[in-house]
Amino acid sequence: MMEKKGHNREQERQNGVGRPVHRPGRPGGHGHGPGGPGGSGGGEKAKDFAGTWKKLLHYCRKYLAVMVIAVVCAVAGTVLTLIGPDKLSEMTDLITEGILGGIDMDAVAGIGMTLVSFYVAGYILSAVQGWIMATVTQRVSRNLRSDISKKINRLPMWFYNRTTTGDVLSRVTNDVDTIGQSLNQSIGNLISAIVLFIGSLVMMFKTNGIMTLTAVLSTMIGFVVMFAIMGRSQRYFIRQQENLGALNGHIEEIYAGHTVIKAYNGEEKAQETFDHLNDKLRDSGFKAQCLSGLMMPIMTFIGNFGYVAVCVVGGALALKGSIRFGVIVAFIMYVRYFTQPLSQIAQAMQSLQSAAAAGERVFAFLEAEEMEDESSKVQQLKQTKGYVEFEHVKFGYEDSDRTIIHDFSAEAKPGQKIAIVGPTGAGKTTMVNLLMRFHEIQEGAIRIDGVSTKEMSRQEVHSQFCMVLQDTWLFEGTVRENLIYCTEGATEETMRNACRAVGLDHFIRTLPKGYDTVLNDQVNLSQGQKQQITIARAMIADKPMLILDEATSSVDTRTELQIQEAMDALMKNRTSFVIAHRLSTIKNSDLILVMRDGDIIEKGTHDELLKKGGFYAELYNSQFEQAS
Amino acid sequence: MLKILKNLTKKEWSLAALALVFIVAQVWLDLTMPDYMSEITILVQTPGSEMSEILTAGGKMLLCALGSLIASVLTILCAARIGSNLSYTLRRQLFGKVQEFSMEEIGHFSTASLITRSTNDITQVQMLIIMGLEMLLKAPIKAVWAVCKIAGKDWHWTLATGIAVAALLILVGLSIVIVLPKFKKLQVLTDDLNRVTRENLNGLRVVRAYNAEKYQEKKFEGANAALTGTSLFAQRTMSFMMPGIQLIMSGLSLAVYWIGAVLINNAGMTEKLTLFSDMMVFSQYAMQVVSSFMMLVMIFMMLPRASVAAKRINEVLDTEPTIHDGYLTQGSKELEGEVEFRNVSFRYPDAEEYVLKDISFRAAKGETVAFIGSTGCGKSTVINLIPRFYDATEGQVLVDGVNVKGYTQQALRNKIGYVSQKATLFTGTIRSNVAFGDNGRPEAEMQENVEEAIATAQASEFVENLSEGYDGYVAQGGTNLSGGQKQRISIARAICRKPEILIFDDSFSALDYKTDRRLRETLNEKCGDATRLIVAQRIGTIRDADKIIVLDEGRMAGIGTHEELMQNCEVYRQIAYSQLSKEELA
Repeated sequence: MMEKKGHNREQERQNGVGRPVHRPGRPGGHGHGPGGPGGSGGGEKAKDFAGTWKKLLHYCRKYLAVMVIAVVCAVAGTVLTLIGPDKLSEMTDLITEGILGGIDMDAVAGIGMTLVSFYVAGYILSAVQGWIMATVTQRVSRNLRSDISKKINRLPMWFYNRTTTGDVLSRVTNDVDTIGQSLNQSIGNLISAIVLFIGSLVMMFKTNGIMTLTAVLSTMIGFVVMFAIMGRSQRYFIRQQENLGALNGHIEEIYAGHTVIKAYNGEEKAQETFDHLNDKLRDSGFKAQCLSGLMMPIMTFIGNFGYVAVCVVGGALALKGSIRFGVIVAFIMYVRYFTQPLSQIAQAMQSLQSAAAAGERVFAFLEAEEMEDESSKVQQLKQTKGYVEFEHVKFGYEDSDRTIIHDFSAEAKPGQKIAIVGPTGAGKTTMVNLLMRFHEIQEGAIRIDGVSTKEMSRQEVHSQFCMVLQDTWLFEGTVRENLIYCTEGATEETMRNACRAVGLDHFIRTLPKGYDTVLNDQVNLSQGQKQQITIARAMIADKPMLILDEATSSVDTRTELQIQEAMDALMKNRTSFVIAHRLSTIKNSDLILVMRDGDIIEKGTHDELLKKGGFYAELYNSQFEQAS
Repeated sequence: MLKILKNLTKKEWSLAALALVFIVAQVWLDLTMPDYMSEITILVQTPGSEMSEILTAGGKMLLCALGSLIASVLTILCAARIGSNLSYTLRRQLFGKVQEFSMEEIGHFSTASLITRSTNDITQVQMLIIMGLEMLLKAPIKAVWAVCKIAGKDWHWTLATGIAVAALLILVGLSIVIVLPKFKKLQVLTDDLNRVTRENLNGLRVVRAYNAEKYQEKKFEGANAALTGTSLFAQRTMSFMMPGIQLIMSGLSLAVYWIGAVLINNAGMTEKLTLFSDMMVFSQYAMQVVSSFMMLVMIFMMLPRASVAAKRINEVLDTEPTIHDGYLTQGSKELEGEVEFRNVSFRYPDAEEYVLKDISFRAAKGETVAFIGSTGCGKSTVINLIPRFYDATEGQVLVDGVNVKGYTQQALRNKIGYVSQKATLFTGTIRSNVAFGDNGRPEAEMQENVEEAIATAQASEFVENLSEGYDGYVAQGGTNLSGGQKQRISIARAICRKPEILIFDDSFSALDYKTDRRLRETLNEKCGDATRLIVAQRIGTIRDADKIIVLDEGRMAGIGTHEELMQNCEVYRQIAYSQLSKEELA
């Protein structure tokens, strides 16, 4: 796939789907850096906040009704919280009035019971709200993940030229998690915070105007100071994040190149760079930590300041007899309720922002252009003979103007072995990808038994070919699962036969659980054994034709010799397309196509091409020439 | 976790002591505030009080609040300083330690895990130290102090507070018991989900070729359902637990007032006012007690994660590198450039099987010795013993007539130019990569060699075509160069040091046959003096070597020239025939 890399990088720069693919300095890929105030340190901003949330809500439309119930619960719960202090203040008044005479204990008990029922009701309301939101959130996250997973298989291959595995993975987990958390907490919090804020303001005004002004003014002064400090602190967080990224990048690089560093005595220099970066991080980290640490004390101070102001002003008013003492009690609580939501609102907004940024990435993926729908294509091949034609095939990647295959014509008769050779970047793998319709050709046609592959569904094309690739793709699962994979109706007998044919049966039976051994990091398979499994898999799938794309390049030549027999068995009676680096493996092909820069420059059998003394002969002979 | 604190210096400990003083001051101020509140309460209730008295009390309260703010800011300064210094020290120590490690220790931990330990784990510890220091010290002090203040008042109130704290602890205990294991399980399930997705993405071509999209989606749905189920349980449980805290807090306030009402009602005339102001103050203190327990709980929630991180850091710091320096810097002058293996065997520390058994050979100055054999036969291990990436288990490896263990590692490696199998480049320029490291000679001399080395490595053409030429930018890991280009730069890096011994660990396989051949020709010309040790896959690469050593399952299956081995070594013949036909070899 070398040929693609060149222009990919440009592509990434021009239209990376959401963000730069490489996020420096986050080896784990998740988690936020050491927190700024309420997480405002590394917050990401969405480009289109409202648009993305509209999409998100539209995505949740199935659950909107229950979400409304949750919101109503949140509002009701908050209202109950607000009435609480009012009642408590009534109780205090009853007590103050009763200090000289007797306290009306029945009234006290009455208020007490009312409050108990308020508190219990408040508990139930918030629990119900939490339950509903948790359920909705999890359902939505699950659907999002599910949709991404399905989307992966509906996107055209070229999409992946400009997206890394890590990028898609982080959408499935991190981004969906972020959205989930925000849905779960922020929406509820935001609504109760707003209600609490407005409600406490209303309740305060209702109780006493002067006291309200005192409370509001004193907290406002505090917040002005706080925002001034926080506004200035932002750049320290950014700097800390940058320094952390740079240092982590350096660590990654040095650890990964450990042997080379040692072999070249590069330790000292690496240490120097490290110390320099570490110093910078210590400095910016200290500043950022200090500033984020200031948040709490300032919040407390604002609370205390309001508390003192309320006590003094309230005390003065009470002294004059213009308010009852209970008002002070109520205000002590109201001040708390009034200051709390402001920081909650700020936090919730922050969280909604990052959810929007995450949502933007998830939707960018979900809305990416899919492959053409082919449910209408019903053309099927019965009893494929294996006659394959390439007719003036021209191809360039969908997202680029460069033509990679210019004019490719060739013909494979049933049962023939066709080899494609050429230097890296010649377009060999591209040809195979076109044959499988992983990419769509721009001009010309590829026909199987006379039917153009464009008239068949991709699925139908795929079911014509067994494919063995250079990277041996195995997954975590038993040997049996890896062998049979998704071939339906494969019997135990077929599987065993295939393994015997590739010389794997004995080895598998020596594994602790035989065919039911789970393949994971602990089971050490050699490159050759892995390749044997993929060959056996192709045999079990038993499709009419065969593609080998550098199938034995990562295996040493002796092992290759052992696998060769299995390969030969697989190629028997099948039209086969073989791409190989090592020319020795393809010498006996019926037709060798020599490719260079997207064109066939020579074709013929091994002997014919050698006789011709062209590019192939030069390539072939260069392996044997001795250095003199 | 405690062990990691040993890395704090005297300076940090005194900062911590200072922080403690500030915390005590802060707690004292916080707890004094309600006293003035009580003063105001009494003033308000007593007929004939002066406004100025209220203002004085209020002013003192404000001073307390301000003092508390200053004290806590100072505490934070200390904590942040301690935290950032500790993480600085830890990072530095870890980095230094990993630099000392040999391949054995690196293999034991794995590079990825070492990276996480040096980055994320340290951040975890730092966060705990900064937040923990404050809360861990403050919470108990505040709780005890507040309890003392309360203790003098009526026991009914104290009992109510005790019940509230107990209820809180039960609630939190329950959520720890029920929910925490689920959160741990969530991590595993998320990994599963990631794995399935990664498998699908990595095997995209295979999945499509086998029409296995549905199969993969089914697998994903399985992992997805498990993840959703578990987190649904955890979240729902939490949604019942969290409002409970609010319920307990409000309940406690109510209880204090209610109990107050009863007490005042039953008290004698004189005590009534005192009881009333006690009640007002108590409601404040009770909150302080409850909130300090909340702080403690938070610390205990954070602790497990951070202590795992701390443990992982300690594991690295406690690992002693297995390779120790010798003291020699020079070998025998007459035997310069000579490499000899005497009955060398090697196995990994915990393994039963030997990777190498009984390897003996000599490579004289200027000779080319090649190693060939199937994958996993121990070829790379043999040459890794020379620069002491590993130490031989038995036998001796000699360079310039001296056992490699006798040299300082720096001196030994100055004699060697090593090219790894996978080309590793570093952020910088082509020039900085080629003149990389230190070979005991002046920096300027290295710089002079750069262009020649690049020419020898057959890389001049592409380097000169870069817009910045020799100063062309190399991205992290060399990702902006192709495989073959990276390999040639890494070969130039070895040549540039003008070493006595050149080691190529299968370094030619990324090159096409033509470049491979030209490179070997120029190497012969320019570095004819250097002893060359080559691990190779292709017979073509090594057939003109002075000596070829054939390895089979860790043992020497043959040694000799190409012609000799074709005559008398079966394993070599097999390898040769698998690559070339009989006629070509004849």
